[in-house]
Amino acid sequence: MSKVEIDPVSGEQTTGHEWNGIKELDTPVPRGILWFIVVTHLFALVWWVLMPAFPLGWTYTKGILGIDQRDTVEQVIVGNQTAREPWTSQIAALPFDQIQADEALMTHVAQSGRQLFGDNCAACHGLNGTGRSSYPDLTDGDWLWGDGSPEAIAETMRVGINARHDETRMSQMPAFGRDAMLRRPEVRQVAQYVYSLSHPEYSTADNVDTIAAGQQLFIDNCSGCHGESGTGIADIGAPNLTDAAWLYGGAIEDIIESVHGGRTGHMPTWDERLTATEIKTLALYVYALGMASP
Amino acid sequence: MAEFFHRKVERNAIGFVLLIIAAASVGGIVEIAPLFTIDETVETVPDMRVYTPLELAGRNIYIREGCYACHSQMIRTLADEVDRYGPYSLAVESQYDRPMQWGSKRTGPDLARIGGKYSDVWHAMHMNNPRDVVPESNMPAYPWLARTQVDASSLSAHLTAQQALGVPYTDEMVADATRDTLGQATPDSDNAYAMAERYGEDTQISAFDGVTTSVTELDALIAYLQVLGQLTDAAYIDTAAPELPSDPAAAGAAVDQAEE
Repeated sequence: MSKVEIDPVSGEQTTGHEWNGIKELDTPVPRGILWFIVVTHLFALVWWVLMPAFPLGWTYTKGILGIDQRDTVEQVIVGNQTAREPWTSQIAALPFDQIQADEALMTHVAQSGRQLFGDNCAACHGLNGTGRSSYPDLTDGDWLWGDGSPEAIAETMRVGINARHDETRMSQMPAFGRDAMLRRPEVRQVAQYVYSLSHPEYSTADNVDTIAAGQQLFIDNCSGCHGESGTGIADIGAPNLTDAAWLYGGAIEDIIESVHGGRTGHMPTWDERLTATEIKTLALYVYALGMASP
Repeated sequence: MAEFFHRKVERNAIGFVLLIIAAASVGGIVEIAPLFTIDETVETVPDMRVYTPLELAGRNIYIREGCYACHSQMIRTLADEVDRYGPYSLAVESQYDRPMQWGSKRTGPDLARIGGKYSDVWHAMHMNNPRDVVPESNMPAYPWLARTQVDASSLSAHLTAQQALGVPYTDEMVADATRDTLGQATPDSDNAYAMAERYGEDTQISAFDGVTTSVTELDALIAYLQVLGQLTDAAYIDTAAPELPSDPAAAGAAVDQAEE
């Protein structure tokens, strides 16, 4: 080290280094910072004892507080469940109509259901449940499967549609055109007939023959699922073709596309992802969505 | 004494560098070495499946497109995350992820348990243009995935690399990687049955992007997304939140148990 030199202005020691006549002061570290270092080190020492800290070969010091993140989260979850218990247990136990009659329970359904719907269902059915092409509108009161009761909705959620569940609801519209079950003009005729079911004004004297031919084709090929009158069969997910609700579009071109290429909808099973109570809550929420819209 | 030591160390360049390296390594060693010696850090799960070649190709696309920049694959041990995404992630679930895709940024949602949550059709539409299915989404569109063929012939080499890193692929899996890639995206074909036999009945065989005549990068990516969180049930068995207690007394008992 260089010899000790005192700066005449500040009275502090210098480092002894000099750059073009400028010398560096060797001022001691401020006392506050020294204390801060001492206190944080002491805190670390205490923390090492309290919390899981040091690896010791095949194990580690667990800390005398015995804190474990996994236990902590499990406690919080159980705590949350216990807090919700008064109403979730009622939803789990009561039949749907009794829950619907209970205003307080339905308030919980509305709040909890909105969360569950946003986390799980909104990606396909939209935040407000109005759906979009290929994904059903849940608010229009038109149901592909079952009667639209909360029971039927809950069952669809549980097993899914064409999903990976042993009891899943299976349904497929065959590709009549692509798989050569109907010829090209026949696809058009049957599509025109189907269009006329929901648009009676489409049927005029000019195309009465086409539509009659389409009707015959419909009875031969489509009535097995959609029924002779085209009103569908809710037990097998065959849609009603006579109303204004169209999952894949209701223009003649859309119908031709559906008849030609077939349709296969998918709804995942929620059996493993959601608890039975959550499915019940969601079913009531979705049912209420349908009721709320005119 | 201290003065002498300091002088000596500071004036020996190589020695000083070695001491710096030794000092700086302590933090790393203390954090990394125990992962090899303490069994508790990675769970042992007998039913853990490996990625199929198609899923591995999807994983490579996930990395190539930088999906990890906006999506994590790590559900933390926090109650609100468990509420939203499902059981928290276990180390074993990314045992065969080399490198792991835990991520640390969530512009989009966590994907650790996305497998099976949405349909293949939804994923195909969503990749082509996320706004088509989620109007609020700010995710970029990846339309070229559906137009680009998967490089199936290279997957054998990818499996070999994974095998060298300790992923339990059999030599048969490596040899038939190309055929298994085609099989997984072509349901009801001979290749599909052969690959299901090799990789287990839980393997998802599907037309993923809806087209069976070609195996595209979209097929691969959807296959990968649909298997996330599905390789083992360990998280559901070991850590699933206890079922709702049926009466308040039992609920209290459950809390006591958790505290023990």
